[in-house]
Amino acid sequence: MAEMLFWLIAALTIASAAMVVLNNQLLYSAIALLFTLFGVAGLYIYLWADFIAGVQLLVYIGGINVLIIFGIMLTNRISSIRLSQTNVQQGVGGVVSFWLLILVSMVITKTPWYQTTSAEPSSTVREVGTLLMTKYILPFEAISLLLLGALIGAALLSREAS
Amino acid sequence: MDQLNNYLFISAILFSLGVFGVMTRRNGIAVLMGVELILNSANLNFVAFSRFGGMNLDGHIFGLIVIVLAAAEAAVALAIVINIYNNLNTINVDEASTMKE
Repeated sequence: MAEMLFWLIAALTIASAAMVVLNNQLLYSAIALLFTLFGVAGLYIYLWADFIAGVQLLVYIGGINVLIIFGIMLTNRISSIRLSQTNVQQGVGGVVSFWLLILVSMVITKTPWYQTTSAEPSSTVREVGTLLMTKYILPFEAISLLLLGALIGAALLSREAS
Repeated sequence: MDQLNNYLFISAILFSLGVFGVMTRRNGIAVLMGVELILNSANLNFVAFSRFGGMNLDGHIFGLIVIVLAAAEAAVALAIVINIYNNLNTINVDEASTMKE
């Protein structure tokens, strides 16, 4: 049952990711991106990363995807929403990304990855919080400074020129 | 579902789809969506290696930082896209090629 659900989630993720890059209507692409992010959050749960899955739901689906939909609605005239969305490099891009996939797949199958078994933790929130406040305190502070800078920069960029 | 390679293959497919989107899309926001796919695939790898390498939570911290960076990137990129739209009346990246109006 859990195995079947895993493959279902994987198929949903990949199919909607293909929709994101192939669909001609931008708004449909944005909705498909929502399902992709949802599927990735499901995969995080299978990887015992409950906190990351929650953050993915909150930040990606609740934040970034809504921001993208806002951006689409602010920058498209209704008449132009059905125009061709791809440039002339579609063939070359397809070949390059397909070869990239083949190359990465060969690397994945040929490399003997380091793997150890471990018991499933009941929750990772406490450990992640402890790590953020001890070992990774400097990156944590740096990332909060970066967020402040991005906030100010985005507000400054998108404001009306006076 | 208990195989590292399954997750790595899913992540590789997501990555190549994202690269395809970045290379072939004209619309600036669609390019941004491709970048989000690439970031998600990298994140999936971080968490998968963390899970199969003895539940080492350093990978989770990397994943968190990537998610925060993606949020900052999306905010700034959308501000830039809206500015380009106001100035040039298009957000197709192949048309918005001038450095000044």
